[in-house]
Amino acid sequence: MNALLQTESTAARTDLSQMVRFDSASRFEIPLPAGRPEQRADPLFADYATSGFYDELFVQTGRPRAMAASLLANLRSLTMGGILSRQQAAERELLHQGITFNVYGDQAGTEKIFPFDIIPRIIGAREWRQIERGLQQRIQALNLFIDDIYHDQLILKQGLIPREIVYSAKSYRPQCAGWNPPRGIWCHVTGTDLVRHDDGRMYVLEDNLRCPSGVSYALENRRVMKSVFPGLFANAPIRPVSDYPAQLRDLLEYVAGPEVRQPRIVLLTPGLHNSAYFEHAFLARQMGVALVEGRDLRVQDSVVLMRTLEGWERVDVIYRRIDDDFLDPKVFREDSLLGVPGLMEACKAGNVALANAPGCGVADDKVIYAYVPHMIKFYLDEEMLLPNVPTHLCSDKAELKYVLQHLHQLVVKAANESGGYGMLVGPHSTRAQRAEFAQKIKANPRNYIAQPTLSLSRVPTLVGDHFEGRHVDLRPYVLCGKDITVLPGGLTRVALKPGSLVVNSSQGGGSKDTWVLAEAPLTAQTKPRPQPARTSRLEQEAVC
Amino acid sequence: MLNRTADSLYWLGRYVERAENVARIIDENLQLTLDAPPDRQPPWQPLVNATGDREEFTRHHGPATQENTLEFLTFDPHNPNSILSCLQAARRNARSLRDVISSEMWLQLNKFYLKVKAEAEAAKDPGPATGFFHEVRLSSHLFTGVSEATMTHDTAWHFLQIGRLIERADLIARILDLRDYLLPLTPVEKETSFDPIPCGAVLRSAAAAEMFGKQHGRISLRAVIDFLVLDPRFPRSIRFCLRAAHDSLRAVSGTPPDPARYPAGKLLGRICADLEKITVDDILYCGLHEYLDHFQIKLNQTAQAISETFFLFDSPLVLTANSTNGSAPEKTCPPATGVPV
Repeated sequence: MNALLQTESTAARTDLSQMVRFDSASRFEIPLPAGRPEQRADPLFADYATSGFYDELFVQTGRPRAMAASLLANLRSLTMGGILSRQQAAERELLHQGITFNVYGDQAGTEKIFPFDIIPRIIGAREWRQIERGLQQRIQALNLFIDDIYHDQLILKQGLIPREIVYSAKSYRPQCAGWNPPRGIWCHVTGTDLVRHDDGRMYVLEDNLRCPSGVSYALENRRVMKSVFPGLFANAPIRPVSDYPAQLRDLLEYVAGPEVRQPRIVLLTPGLHNSAYFEHAFLARQMGVALVEGRDLRVQDSVVLMRTLEGWERVDVIYRRIDDDFLDPKVFREDSLLGVPGLMEACKAGNVALANAPGCGVADDKVIYAYVPHMIKFYLDEEMLLPNVPTHLCSDKAELKYVLQHLHQLVVKAANESGGYGMLVGPHSTRAQRAEFAQKIKANPRNYIAQPTLSLSRVPTLVGDHFEGRHVDLRPYVLCGKDITVLPGGLTRVALKPGSLVVNSSQGGGSKDTWVLAEAPLTAQTKPRPQPARTSRLEQEAVC
Repeated sequence: MLNRTADSLYWLGRYVERAENVARIIDENLQLTLDAPPDRQPPWQPLVNATGDREEFTRHHGPATQENTLEFLTFDPHNPNSILSCLQAARRNARSLRDVISSEMWLQLNKFYLKVKAEAEAAKDPGPATGFFHEVRLSSHLFTGVSEATMTHDTAWHFLQIGRLIERADLIARILDLRDYLLPLTPVEKETSFDPIPCGAVLRSAAAAEMFGKQHGRISLRAVIDFLVLDPRFPRSIRFCLRAAHDSLRAVSGTPPDPARYPAGKLLGRICADLEKITVDDILYCGLHEYLDHFQIKLNQTAQAISETFFLFDSPLVLTANSTNGSAPEKTCPPATGVPV
């Protein structure tokens, strides 16, 4: 993902409310009365500056959000010494557990700890409900879109999306035309990147439908937090995330179809050197399924077999973490050594279910992303609940002209890149970089989109012996099986370096635990809309 | 279980055991250095010969000294049998097995590796800190203990055992052979010779000194051979290790054994049967070094057969397995057999 983080020095904020329809009901904040004496005396956060950014835990300097009150009270009781020793304990735990990722092109230390910050990001129950509904709507529409693209192409016939946009998407797979994946599901697991702009709203930055990674870090972050901060969880209404592997397993069994009793499920990994190998092994272990590589599998008579000590055993479901390109050298890239020759043929014969389905990547092309609002309207006849970031398509002549004139204000992304590669951050670029990008865009306008530079929200983050605000994004994970479910939490990535622009782990980002608060108990819900009276209950917790 | 998984388990077992035994041999030689008079300092070359590639060592380091041998055997990343390299290889195999081994096993092995790595980065010059070799032995025991206690004793566990036990038997033979190098004698002289220091050192290297003392009391070459090669109950005797390895091999071969899996079992069974019948006199008659050399050749043949029977991919998959730059289990050939006299 390419979340762009604006720093204090760049003033090019864009008022998105001018460009996106606003839902006024989405305001959820309950500001605390200002200037309470115990908060002014707060030794930990007295100097913490929100600097005009949207802060996830503070309304403004010295005024915590109601939902953060209990956390901050707990932190105060620990004092800075206690917090620092817990941060160290968390890092030691991650190191000993080997919770690491591989960095490509770095010979010396190919395996690195994913930096972790112990101050969590908190999302209130009401806001989460909106995010959840928005994601369910989005995934439902994307699934219908993919199915449509490989069948009747109604949305193209209606002229809502230009044909050439779809056909020229790198991740469009003509080989999948006419194919019906088991249970009609294409995007079983999605990681959608969300960012909050300084208008307080959440925006969808991009969809990751092929092999979204990171969920293992979200789950492990929570485990580490619980082990170093048991006190925080004892009385807090934080929704658990540990169900995810079981839910994923249920989903994989579901797509095997009702006729397969006790389906054999495997997780297909490119191997030890893949950047997400830790996650592959983690999920396989948690789900109790075999972790296989392409060389462990073969296809015979359109059936996928796995070589075991007992002989060849049939495989019914593959949770694949290999990109389409490498999946089957007979159908996709011939030079792939990671995949399984004949896999697509087995898939089309209905003898094996693949999650995610080959071809689903067509919907996470960054140009097609711009058309998701149309999809939601067309397939569901609904308005989009979670807005997109306004996007300029360089394939459009007028927009191309605008983009070229405003390169210094915009973020330009290549349509098929990810991981923070192939992008230009206008406000932080040099004249030469902009000139170079202008050439690239003119040479292949279809391959580029531009978005206003967002001012991402921040969360207090431990820097040395004090807290500073650092920009974050959020990747919730959505499972699409019998129902569409959203993991209550997700991976909050944080740009640890001041002035750093990108939160990607490969580019110096870290992560935080993400707390989604449970709905208030029934007694509280029957009360009228939350008023200051309810807030003060939380404040009392903060004080004691 | 995947064949690849069995392969990785076997090598995981071997590498952890190898790291432990290399630590033992070095530690014992260091102790000898302290005990021996200045004009009779124990040589370091045999350690290189027993645990690594002698030609490779000589090419890069010249004659073996305490300093360069220590470096070569502990932290040299280019020596595939250095403690650090063994731990790296063990860990890489364990990473590919994280869906198979218990979390506690992984945690213990990873801590073990991080400890060795930190030591390698910290203490370059005077060699590892005091207590380092002790730590290595202890960590290896912890790993074995955690495996024993937290992993189902199923096929996977048996492959781990087979690797560990075959490696241990191999290393015991090498340690015993060290003594032969310290006192190069003809077969007839050996029988009567008595030199408690090298024999005591051999016993300590094999972690056998105390148990030996209980059973045999006074140290003699005959008793040492009897204990380290033929004792049926001591867990670091060759006979004990191979009988246990044979039991595990039978467990993974099914009952009755699958004929396709016969070669490995047959070879190991024959070695075990020999060890039941043979006496110390037989060994001394053929010469200790010659006997051990012969034994190691047969043990290597067995290891080869295990690999061919259980781990190798059949022809359609061989190409993929060899040509991917993915994750072939980390393997190095066992060190060259035999110790030159």
